[in-house]
Amino acid sequence: MFSWLPCALLLLWASPSTSAQAEPIHVAVAANFTQTLAALVERFEQQHDHQVVMSSGSSGKLYAQIQHGAPFDIFLSADTEKPAALERSGLTQPGARFTYALGALALWAPKLTAIDDGPALLETGGITRLALANPRLAPYGTAAADVLEHFKLTDITRERWVLGENIAQTYQFIASGAADAGFVALAQLRNGPAEIYGAVWHVPSSLHRPIAQQAVLLRPAADKEGALAFWEFLQSEQARSIIARHGYTVAP
Amino acid sequence: MLSHSDLSAIWLTAQLASTVTAVLLVIGTPIAWWLAHTHSWWRRPVAAIIAMPLVLPPTVMGFYLLLFMAPQGWLGQLTQSLGMGSLVFTFWGLVVGSVIYSLPFVVQPLYNALLALGERPLEVAATLGAGPWDRFVSVVLPMAQSGFITAAALGFAHTVGEFGVVLMIGGNIPEETRVISVLLYDHVEALDYARAHWLSGGLVVFSFLLLLMLYGLQKTPSASRAH
Repeated sequence: MFSWLPCALLLLWASPSTSAQAEPIHVAVAANFTQTLAALVERFEQQHDHQVVMSSGSSGKLYAQIQHGAPFDIFLSADTEKPAALERSGLTQPGARFTYALGALALWAPKLTAIDDGPALLETGGITRLALANPRLAPYGTAAADVLEHFKLTDITRERWVLGENIAQTYQFIASGAADAGFVALAQLRNGPAEIYGAVWHVPSSLHRPIAQQAVLLRPAADKEGALAFWEFLQSEQARSIIARHGYTVAP
Repeated sequence: MLSHSDLSAIWLTAQLASTVTAVLLVIGTPIAWWLAHTHSWWRRPVAAIIAMPLVLPPTVMGFYLLLFMAPQGWLGQLTQSLGMGSLVFTFWGLVVGSVIYSLPFVVQPLYNALLALGERPLEVAATLGAGPWDRFVSVVLPMAQSGFITAAALGFAHTVGEFGVVLMIGGNIPEETRVISVLLYDHVEALDYARAHWLSGGLVVFSFLLLLMLYGLQKTPSASRAH
């Protein structure tokens, strides 16, 4: 009932410090990229006198919010469709759309010590619950479904699937031990809390459609010096090396 | 319109809500009875624990249920040793989660009804030679009837509308754990707003009718005063 209260307090608390500076930059980011963006923002804020405010969520929710006037300057989606759709709706700065990262997929089995043969494990490895992101909603889920299809394992494994609504929930299913194994983003394992336990199979990217994550510069960013500077920064060599270090491939 | 997956989610939700309501009435009644009659020091802490789901975010409850119900969690160990397997990602796992989550919505109206009933009618019935079961069936049930109806309707409605817990422990499995709220969320996330509108429109109409029926059954204050 009082869910607005912490937000209101936060605003009260935050407004005096920001008013002295330039307008904050509002970035909407897909859940899987949140930690990487935090690292990017940290570097950016060291070099510029601008403050970046991040809003993390699933790409679908953020997309719906932007369609209905959410005041974001930049949107880092987990796919290519939603940025393209926003562009078609005329909600972006013309021509300002690029692929900022290519996601890598990993099969993670916390209880095993090594995965010699990923497909064999999926077929006969005694996995009672296999977690993947919902292929209908999440690009990592579509990619996982591609891999299973590639090895003709879709029908054999379907009964054991448990679907996370996004890649973060899929990770949770496996990390909690509720699912024995599953497909997660390599970036999650790279940035995960503590050391990675169990076994990981790095899925070759040739086995699935590319997980291209695109960014768009949105309407509210027009004439906002800070937002344009951060947009430039995202495409810089510095940013690309940070993104690569977090487990993504950067498009050439 | 509604597709096959929509219909199967509706059917599954109806099964889940009926099962949960039945379980809640069976375990909620003795709890409410005890709360209404005990003078024990434990009354307040127990009442507080039962009311906790009103305060805790459902996704947080769902997260801890996921940990507890997982094969190596204590609840998972317990159910496995009883030969039921791990409950996580199953229909019965959702039943357990929903019972915990909806408990205050059932216990509260029952407690109020039993408290209003008081000790007197039961003492009279006992004097007339009625046994405990007879007293419950022929005195408590009829006199606290509206409390039971409210409790059942709220338990049912709250289970239908539940989302956070089932999302966390369900795993979105068709005909097992993919209930209306989860499928509705899927439609919205997949930007399939047309199907989402159909499903949510149906849910709005259903919950309105259920609540309307509920309030229609309750005596209005003026009617109960003018007897």
